[in-house]
Amino acid sequence: MTTRSHAVGADAEVIDLDPLRRRGNARRTEPTTRARCAQTLAGGTTCRNYAGASGYCRVHEPEDSEQAAPRIQLPTGPTLAESRDFEEAVTKALAFLRRRLTGDYEVDIYGFDRELTEQVLMPLARPLYQKYWRVRAVGLENVPSDSGALIVANHAGTLPFDAIMVKMALLDEHPAHRHLRELAADLALRVPVVGPLARKTGNTLAHNDDARRLLNSGELVGVWPEGFKGIGKPYRDRYKLQRFGRGGFVEVALRTQAPIIPVAIIGSEEIYPIVANAKFLARIFGFPYFPITWQFPLLGPLGMLPLPSKWVIEFGDPIDTARYGPEAADDPMLVFELTDRVRDTIQQMLYRNLMGRRSVFF
Amino acid sequence: MSDEGGRRILITGIAGALAGRLAARLEADERVEHLVGVDLIEPSHDLSRTEFVRTDLRNPLVAKVLDSSRADTIVHLSITAAPHGAGGRARMKELNVIGTMQLLAAAQKSMRLRKLVVKSTTAVYGSNYADPALFREEVAPGGAPRSGYSKDAVEVEGYGRAFGRRRSDVTLSVLRFANFIGPDVDSPLTRYLSMPVVPTVFGYDPRLQLVHEDDAVEILFRSTMEEHPGIYNVAGPGIVYLSQAVRLAGKPSVSVPLPFVNGLASLVRRAGAIDFSPEQLQFLMFGRVGSIDRMRAEFDYEPQYSTKAALLQHLQAAGIQPLIQPEMIERAERELADVISRVGRVLTRG
Repeated sequence: MTTRSHAVGADAEVIDLDPLRRRGNARRTEPTTRARCAQTLAGGTTCRNYAGASGYCRVHEPEDSEQAAPRIQLPTGPTLAESRDFEEAVTKALAFLRRRLTGDYEVDIYGFDRELTEQVLMPLARPLYQKYWRVRAVGLENVPSDSGALIVANHAGTLPFDAIMVKMALLDEHPAHRHLRELAADLALRVPVVGPLARKTGNTLAHNDDARRLLNSGELVGVWPEGFKGIGKPYRDRYKLQRFGRGGFVEVALRTQAPIIPVAIIGSEEIYPIVANAKFLARIFGFPYFPITWQFPLLGPLGMLPLPSKWVIEFGDPIDTARYGPEAADDPMLVFELTDRVRDTIQQMLYRNLMGRRSVFF
Repeated sequence: MSDEGGRRILITGIAGALAGRLAARLEADERVEHLVGVDLIEPSHDLSRTEFVRTDLRNPLVAKVLDSSRADTIVHLSITAAPHGAGGRARMKELNVIGTMQLLAAAQKSMRLRKLVVKSTTAVYGSNYADPALFREEVAPGGAPRSGYSKDAVEVEGYGRAFGRRRSDVTLSVLRFANFIGPDVDSPLTRYLSMPVVPTVFGYDPRLQLVHEDDAVEILFRSTMEEHPGIYNVAGPGIVYLSQAVRLAGKPSVSVPLPFVNGLASLVRRAGAIDFSPEQLQFLMFGRVGSIDRMRAEFDYEPQYSTKAALLQHLQAAGIQPLIQPEMIERAERELADVISRVGRVLTRG
């Protein structure tokens, strides 16, 4: 009996749920730097409100006799310090507008507009990240701070929100506040309005030349090798990784000796549950797929609203490519092998996270 | 290069602005013994020792000129991008392609010839959404241009390469220039940017890459005087978006939906304002940018002007009147900040 269980233990994949839980708890009980109110309440617990200058919150603030007279006070305006911050913000915003109007800004050779991305576009996505999908980023320490790496993730959700959220995680939560440079499909770059916007936020074409050049200059490059097969897959296939292209991304990583960082995105596969693909409509509009989801087109424009699932983005341990040497890129067997390994790793990370989650929405 | 005496150089298309500046630069160099310029029109530049021969490249006279000048170098700049200037698209193609063919046929027989410099353009890469961000010289373009100037350039380069194969003793330099810009440049692009209201294609914002004429002349000069075999993209570092260029020019722009663009373009063309050809529509949607790594390495040269700096200098020198003055915007910014901070102060006091 003991020997048998031992054998099972040796063969079976041990899925460790604890690190995730630990991380989650650590985050929840993280001490805030702001002091709480010193008032003890009737139940014996302390007041949870943040304390003001007096050590108490606004409710429990001891009142001076002369201030007590007008019991109902008008909401006080901003303090001097706050108004200075406000003025500074206004000046900054106006200077930004002026630079935009006069063309006085810099973009890089791929068309990445750092200022526009940081000041306008990412702030638009931030509420989605923080409030709507409540994204939890795990394992950011696996992403280097100052060198190139290839981020490889699962792709789903009809619209590439997953790419935007990974970008957001790296910009906001990585200590070096890194910008992810995504490799986009040529079809995406052709779409009016979307194409230029993608370029301005740091996307470029999924082309060996572009990827290699970016990695060589030490950028973080993001790639979603499932492509349209992944993003347009039906709901019943959620979290089942599709074929990983032709492994071009591994070739580039080997050539540039950049580490591959597998990334699992949980939650993205439930935002638009695709039940069918209207192929004839797709053909009419020239889209790669035309999704029929639970919400769309049944609820009309309201159906465009993605579902508020709870997201986890896990950055896995980097896969070293430098030890194979740059010539290994010309060895198709090794490229296939590595492609499979990256795919398996991400699939494992997905399963482990799925087993650890309580519900789709919390 | 030459066994005895100085260099003997023949420049085609000498009436062009770029050719004029190159000739002036070569005249100042004492290593150059003899300079001949060929064109259909007499050049208006102030050249002293350049000998001008008025002839058509398609004329057998070219062979004689080549022979009598005993040239060791041909700088082939007689490739025009403007169908209007050339007198129609058909004639432009004749001048560009057939002219090159005849010139190189004559050149093949010239045993003194040691070097051929061909002016080309990054337009040979076309403009397509499936293009890489930066074209390397050896990348086969996704959508090979099928019309207009770009097609001419592809064919001219083809003749150049064929010539290079047959005469391997001749150093062949092909220079693919980005769009020219500079104080004196007058091109479809500069005219486009000087329109009172600049029409753009709705939903598209191409990346533009420009080369300042000073840098272009420098690279041409080095290719002529030194040994730089191969194909090179020549451009300033960096890019500007079309939308950014329009704002730098202080012009209002209007986004025209794609289905109406061709109609508007033909109106503009008929008004004679700008030579606008269909392949330029693709350019206004997707742009094109070449990698200049090879140029930097081979010529050991860093362009003096970035794309943006070159554009700014052009705008300043050409006296393009911005409809929206930058000072106006700055004043508005100051006043607005002032008002808001006053309102803020009032609120604080209240």
